[in-house]
This record gives sequence, structure tokens and C-alpha cells, in this order.
Amino acid sequence: MSFWVVHALNGISFGMLLFLLAAGLSLIYGLMKILNLTHGSYYLLGAYIGLSVVRGTGSFVLAVAVATLAIALIGALMERFLLRRFHLQELPQALLTFGFLFIFADLALLIWGGNSQTLPKPEAFAHSVHIAGIVYPTYRLFLIVVGLLVGAALWWFQEGTRAGAMLRAGVDDEEIARGLGINVSLLFTLVFALGAFLAALGGVLGGPIVGVYPGADFEVLLLGLVVVIIGGLGSLKGALVGGLLVGLLDNFGRTFFPELALFTIFVPMVAILAIRPTGIFGRA
Amino acid sequence: MLMLLLPYAVSSYYLGLASKILIFALFAMSLDLLLGYSGLASLGHAAFFGVSAYTVGLLTLRAGASAWLALTTGLLAAGVTGALFGLLALRTRGSYFLMITLALAQVLWGIASGWRSMTGGDDGLPNIPRPDLGLPWSLADTTPFYYFVLLIVAAAAAILARIVRSPFGYALRGIRESESRMSALGYNVWRYKYVAFVLGGLFAGLAGCLYVYLNRFVSPDYVHVVRSAEVLLMVILGGAGTLVGPAIGAGLIILFENVVSTYTERWLMALGVVYVLVTLFAPRGIVGLVQEYWRRKSAS
Repeated sequence: MSFWVVHALNGISFGMLLFLLAAGLSLIYGLMKILNLTHGSYYLLGAYIGLSVVRGTGSFVLAVAVATLAIALIGALMERFLLRRFHLQELPQALLTFGFLFIFADLALLIWGGNSQTLPKPEAFAHSVHIAGIVYPTYRLFLIVVGLLVGAALWWFQEGTRAGAMLRAGVDDEEIARGLGINVSLLFTLVFALGAFLAALGGVLGGPIVGVYPGADFEVLLLGLVVVIIGGLGSLKGALVGGLLVGLLDNFGRTFFPELALFTIFVPMVAILAIRPTGIFGRA
Repeated sequence: MLMLLLPYAVSSYYLGLASKILIFALFAMSLDLLLGYSGLASLGHAAFFGVSAYTVGLLTLRAGASAWLALTTGLLAAGVTGALFGLLALRTRGSYFLMITLALAQVLWGIASGWRSMTGGDDGLPNIPRPDLGLPWSLADTTPFYYFVLLIVAAAAAILARIVRSPFGYALRGIRESESRMSALGYNVWRYKYVAFVLGGLFAGLAGCLYVYLNRFVSPDYVHVVRSAEVLLMVILGGAGTLVGPAIGAGLIILFENVVSTYTERWLMALGVVYVLVTLFAPRGIVGLVQEYWRRKSAS
């Protein structure tokens, strides 16, 4: 019994990381129709920057702040000066973000080296706690809570604020939104930055449990894409549900079929594509 | 013509490089059938390349299969993968299609990389012997193998050229321009795209078979998104929708990679930079630039 609880919690906590990533991907796509493949790099660079900050200052909180803001800035710059030139041209945008994925991957290798590293857990959450008959690391519980809080915050933003209403208007019909006087261009840059922010947050928070290593960008990007395929591109609910599903599947897959772990993700992805190609909560 | 005389002009190192260029030219042309002629932008074309390569490698190494059996099974594997992936991906368009083709290929990569007992994992499968076709010249030598590759690629290219100039090919171009119009004209758009997708996969599989024989080795790199990105860049750099453009693009990128890797280890970054530059400045590729140049010249 405790085996299942532990693994379920592992899957859920990992799923929260995936949710952070997928939420960013979904938000960016929903508004701008950009498939941001650089998202994996935002995750990894966020993790690396966080690592350097923790090494330099010992403060996890500072690491989170610096990494997320730095990556948000990079994201904003990329959108404003490069991606906007190809508004609504999906292939050039995908190619550009792809190119940067490679550039950042090599850059990270150059700056931080090729060894696998881990972010140290913050002192406050470096212990384990006795709950429900098991001993479980508080850090992972912290991740679950953070994920839910971020999810709630994003939901409130999207549904409950004026800015969120402008976002939803922009998603529904960009031209009319512009016609109504909504500064859609600024919204684009801000949302892109927000997406990058979330990815970097995932990177720093994930650092202690997933590790920080070259190739994590591609791996995490793939999982993010699978989440979005299953959950539906452009949907926050889909990102959460998909994230949890993929997190659980990935975890149980690695436990039971270590050699074919990706296969356990493949099957549900294929199933969704066969039944409902736009994902569970996706718009057709 | 020039290609036939090449072995007399250059050393075996460059012949090996030329073989590689030919193989990637075929790979790129197969993607052009999808991207350039059908308007299907796939970020997972390496899936077919790798599946056939692994099939050939596994059959030859583990089952001692003959070259003919290995090659046909490899092609079959690529075709089946194309048929399956096509069914899954072609119900979507645009970014969804990009995303799904990428994810499908990456999952294959994950399987290739993770299934150590079958595929050797990240170490791959070494020591795959060249095909023994019973010819007086052993394909294990560079020059005969070069001619082998040249022959096959030339034949495949000729077939591809026939396909794109056929009514089928023109229907594809129509679909690329406007699916709704073609649909209104009574074409079964999905079926055309599907056939193109599977054909593209088959030719990519052929390239994969040749590549595994060239290297005598196969690894998850064959299926990785970087490989898909490489071939996509070749098509775009050369000029999508021209068949000859992607072939040129393949040559350029392979030469570029060769030069870059002698000076630095940062070839992934270099590739990324080329990607960005091509997208920003030459979206129609080299052939597009040349066409633009001639157009301007004849207008003035």
C-alpha cells in the first residue's frame, strides 16, 4: 500500500513540474499560435541559472527569483524582436524556436559543462515527514502545493481579472480584440514572458529532483509536448490533467518497465490522437 | 556524370563524405515530398530514417539476415511506421501536426535509447557488416559502396521526380496551396496526404538503410529530433518544393558540419544559428534566392 502512495505522490509531484511547463506552452500557443520549442531551453537554463545562484549565494529563494526573471526577460526579447516578425506563420516560428533550442543547449554545455548536477534542496524542505504511514520528502509535497497554487493563480488571472479577460479575448479573436483597443502586442510579449517564467520556475523547482544535465531540455520538452497533446493545446485545465497523467504514467512506467518507460507514455498519447486529436480539453 | 568520375578525383575520405551527402540528399528529398509538395511540415522525419536503420542493423547482427532480406524488411518497417504515424498525425494541421510528428519521433528515440537489451541503448549497435550482394567488388570498400549508393540514390531521385511531375504530384501541390479548394474539386485530400506521407517515409527509410550500411553502426541519434531538424534545415536551406534544392541543401549542411567540427565542438550551436539565419533571411532557400535573382535580372 505504502509503495503505491509513495509512487503516486512521486508521479503527482513530477506532474506538477510538467504542468508548469505545459501551462506555459499552452498559454503561448493559445494566444499567439506559436509552438515554442525553446521552452525546453527555458526550463534547463532556468535550472542552470538557479544552480549558479544557489552556489553563489546559498539562497534558494533568490535562485528562483533570479532564474525566473532572467528567463522571462529572454523570452520577452525573443518574442518582441524575432518571433513577432513571423506572426501567424507557424513553420518559421517553429523553426526559429527550434534553432534557439539548439543554440541554448550548446551554450549551456559551454557555460556549465557536461556533467549531471543537482540543485540542492532548500533547508526548509530538505527533510522527510511521516504521513499516512509512510516517510515522504517534504520537498515533493512542497512541489505539489506550489503547482496547485500556481494553477489556482493562473486560473484566477485568466477568469477573474481584466487582464485575463483581455487574454481570452485575444485568444478568441485577435483582430476584434485589437479593434476594441486592447494592446494585443503588449499582451503577446507579456504572455510569452509569463510562459518562459513558468518554464524556468519548473526548472529551478525541478532541479533538486530531476537533476540538471545536458539533454534535459529535449527530454522535458518532449514530455511537455505529450502533456499538451493529451490535455489539449491552449487549455490550462488540460495542462494540469495532462501533466498529472503523464507524471503518474512516467513514474509508474519507470518503476515497472524501466527500459520501456517512454512506451507507457506513447500508448495514451496514441490513444488520444486516435480518439480525440485535439486533446481532452483542446479546442478543435 | 561528375558524380560517376568522383572516385578517380578524390581520396576515400572524401568519397565517404560524398556517399554521406548522397544519402542525406535522398533523405532531404523524401522530406521535400512532404513539406515542399504537400505542405506537410514534419519535425519527426528521422523516425522513418531510424526505424529502417535499426531494422537493418538488428536483422543483420542478431539474425544474420541477408542484405536483401534486411533491406526489404527495413523498408517495410519504415513504411509501416509511416502508415501508423500518418494515421495519427494527419488528422491535424499546422502546429498540431508539427508537435505530433515531433513527439512521435522523440518517443521512438526514447525507446531506442531506453531499450538497452534490444537496441544497445545510447551505445547503439556497432559492427554491422556491409551488404554482400555477390558482386565481384566487395561493398566493404569505399569506392564500390559509393557507386552502390550513387546508383540507388539516383534511381530513387528519378522515381521521386516522376512522382512530383505526375497527376498525383500536381494534386499534392494543389493541396499545399489550398486544401479546401481541392476538397471542393472532389479530391480526397486526406488520402493524398496519407499516401504522400507514407511515400516520404519509405524514401527516408531507404536513406536510413544506406546510412546504417555506410557507418556500419546505428544509434538513437538516427531518430533524435536533432536529426529531424537537420534534414528539415536541408530542405529549407536548399529550397522546399524543388527536389533539387533539398539535395543541394544536404550537400551544403554536411560540408558545413564537416568544416565546423574541425574547428569547434559547438556544431549544435552552429546548426541553431544557421536555422535562425535561414529563417530570417532566406525562407525560400538557396533555390529561392537564385530564382529571385533571375527574376530581378529579367525584369530589369
